[in-house]
Amino acid sequence: MPEAVLHVYRGDASGGGLKEYRVPLEEGMVVLDAIHHIQGHQAPDLAVRWNCKAAKCGSCSAEVNGKPKLLCKTRMDALPPGQPVVVQPLKAFPIVKDLVTDVRWNYEVNKRIPPFTPKPNAEWRWKQEDVDRVQEFRKCIECFLCQDVCHVLRSHGRTDAFAGPRFLVRVAGLEMHPMDALNRTKFLKEDAGIGLCNITKCCTEVCPEDITITDNAIIPLKERVVDDHYDPVRMLVRLVTGKKKDE
Amino acid sequence: MSERYESHDVDVLVIGAGGAGLRAAIEASAQGARVGVVCKSLLGKAHTVMAEGGVAAALAHVDPSDSWKVHFKDTMLGGKMLNNWRMAQLHAQEAPDRVRELEQWGAVFDRTQDGRILQRNFGGHSSPRLAHVGDRTGLEMIRTLQDFGVHQGLEVYMECTVTKLLKQDSRVVGAFAYWRETGRFVLFRAKSVVLATGGIGKAYTITSNSWEYTGDGHALALGAGAELIDMEFFQFHPTGMVWPPGVQGLLVTEAVRGEGGLLRNAAGERFMERYDPKRMELSTRDMVARAIYTEVKEGRGSPHGGAFLDISHKPAELVKKKLPSMYHQFMEFANIDITKSPMEVGPTGHYIMGGVRVDADTGAATVPGLFAAGEASGGMHGANRLGGNSLSDLLVFGRRAGAGSAAYAAKTPGHAVVDPAQVAAAERELLEPFERASGPDPYSIHRRLQQSMHSLVGIFRTEEDLVKGIEEIRKLRAEANTVRVEGSRAFNPGWHLSHDLRNMLTISEAIARCALQRRESRGAHARLDYPNLDPELGGVNSVATLDDEAVRVSQSPLPRMPDELRALFVAEPAGVQS
Repeated sequence: MPEAVLHVYRGDASGGGLKEYRVPLEEGMVVLDAIHHIQGHQAPDLAVRWNCKAAKCGSCSAEVNGKPKLLCKTRMDALPPGQPVVVQPLKAFPIVKDLVTDVRWNYEVNKRIPPFTPKPNAEWRWKQEDVDRVQEFRKCIECFLCQDVCHVLRSHGRTDAFAGPRFLVRVAGLEMHPMDALNRTKFLKEDAGIGLCNITKCCTEVCPEDITITDNAIIPLKERVVDDHYDPVRMLVRLVTGKKKDE
Repeated sequence: MSERYESHDVDVLVIGAGGAGLRAAIEASAQGARVGVVCKSLLGKAHTVMAEGGVAAALAHVDPSDSWKVHFKDTMLGGKMLNNWRMAQLHAQEAPDRVRELEQWGAVFDRTQDGRILQRNFGGHSSPRLAHVGDRTGLEMIRTLQDFGVHQGLEVYMECTVTKLLKQDSRVVGAFAYWRETGRFVLFRAKSVVLATGGIGKAYTITSNSWEYTGDGHALALGAGAELIDMEFFQFHPTGMVWPPGVQGLLVTEAVRGEGGLLRNAAGERFMERYDPKRMELSTRDMVARAIYTEVKEGRGSPHGGAFLDISHKPAELVKKKLPSMYHQFMEFANIDITKSPMEVGPTGHYIMGGVRVDADTGAATVPGLFAAGEASGGMHGANRLGGNSLSDLLVFGRRAGAGSAAYAAKTPGHAVVDPAQVAAAERELLEPFERASGPDPYSIHRRLQQSMHSLVGIFRTEEDLVKGIEEIRKLRAEANTVRVEGSRAFNPGWHLSHDLRNMLTISEAIARCALQRRESRGAHARLDYPNLDPELGGVNSVATLDDEAVRVSQSPLPRMPDELRALFVAEPAGVQS
């Protein structure tokens, strides 16, 4: 039987390195299958997160040959033949052990997003076309690959100032919901740090759900922020009418 | 003693954060209880995300003649009349409100032409009844509940596994758990506990279930002295992927058939004609699973041992719009474009109808302070669950168990003092595998259990196989008490499995013993040696309890349906065909 060679990161916060494993290669095998084979036969304590194994839960995020990937969706036969497959934990988050990282920060960001707030007394009817875009955003499986690849978080570590693409997508889903009554531009500007995104579109490239994160979510939100907070005409109108920004 | 541990005091402790657990937590919190939610994985990753086709509710948006009574009837007939009638009634009556409520919390369902929630066909439902979002309804549901819940102030303990319920006298008063990340122990003192842990698909080789589905809630309940009912009814979903090997068992949503997908065998015949000519592809899951199994067994299977499921006669754009994740799943995992070629599918272990015996209205188990909802509870689905009835079950009975547990907590004055002996025993059980110098590894025992369950306690059963299966499980249970675990307590999957395995083995034994006891074929329980329905057995639930580690089974009479509901079935003898 043909064999695959994997170099898997083993270690924790105190350090570690790549370790070589060999596993029998099966047709249609994905990297997660190989990791499970290692767990089941060679390294029972190899830490990896996974759940659905169907690219629907976003648990098994890691880096394969340096690229952020879902392990369950990365086929072994799509990787360069004859070379070891390098599997490492997400780089943007602190390591827990082996392929598992501490992603709790994401859950803290999510808590701060002003929740869905339905319009009072509205009729709950809308056209499918009106929610196609919102449904695109709601496809997100929270794999955090976009957070991992985003240079604001990955290279500059700005978890203090930037919510990351995942949560801009979530805000976009709320802002564009036909029944939502809230304005979140102040949150986007001041808390989510949307200005830090300089639209390199790396997040869109890695999204396993093919959400057009930058063009469909982030750019329209940036426009809303500009309209509400930087547009001189609107500033003047506000001055005259006395209306506040978030009304 | 308990000072040695991190500990938390809550009014209601919910174990499990899928649809049922989150809905229970939200309700308990809305009733004023302080709620803790413990889940084995990260929040939002529970198996509810894998539910694809939709949530069944008689909204009557597509078929105006639909009503709770028709939904109730479909559910009872699908369950071969073994369902707890009161649960089936509450479920059918309340599901529409639960779906509308979800929409008001931000869920975005697909729309009808006139702008309302769209509904699709599904097996065993006599009207288009499933509210859906393409083929990712479960994700929509869990994300909506998750986001609603975090703003309600639920305390969520992620990647934390409960291994024992703590008791004072007969009452459940808390839980003992460990953190996955560090392996450190943690105590929860609670006035009531809700089990919402899902099922036990991981006891089978081919399954649509994730690693979490190891019968934890079932085993915790048994360990606390509660009763399980109808454990012999384990559903094989008719359509799982059969190739390539790595994705064997992966779910192919029933929505493919709901949207018009056809099943054919190797000879090109629409074989459902021979099994259920009236409903064909939209027959109930038990029927379709057995039909595919039989076609393969009799040599009419597809190249990789399944049946062909074909949706390619529908416009490609419609397929991509209504079944996007199926399109991607087959494209990426099997190099098949389902808008052009058929899929190969076969039965996959999916769902257990049996579970903790509960009071229909409150979700209360037979032990004070203990509640259960969703797949962990039994009764709602009888001998076979209809597709789409699980998501509605989670919402309806999650809410009810949340209210029941909060009410129980409200009349409980304070937290009980934790019994050090129970904690010490729970701790010893978890640490022993590290202390053994030698012993089998948990992975190999797990693989053997899966093979035994598949070949001996599978789709078709016989007394001989079941007896052999029970022997095999008992042998494995003994071996599981001798496993050795390598490495440290920090995020150690081998160690986690060594404990999950004990749950799987206990519950697998309950499944096999209930299956041996029920000498008839009904719904998902098919006995080759007793191929027909036995009307007398249609009047009894199977009961499983634990007696000092030994699984005991017995029978108890089914609750009697009131006459006004019974009248719905008068003209319906079809309800009692297997």
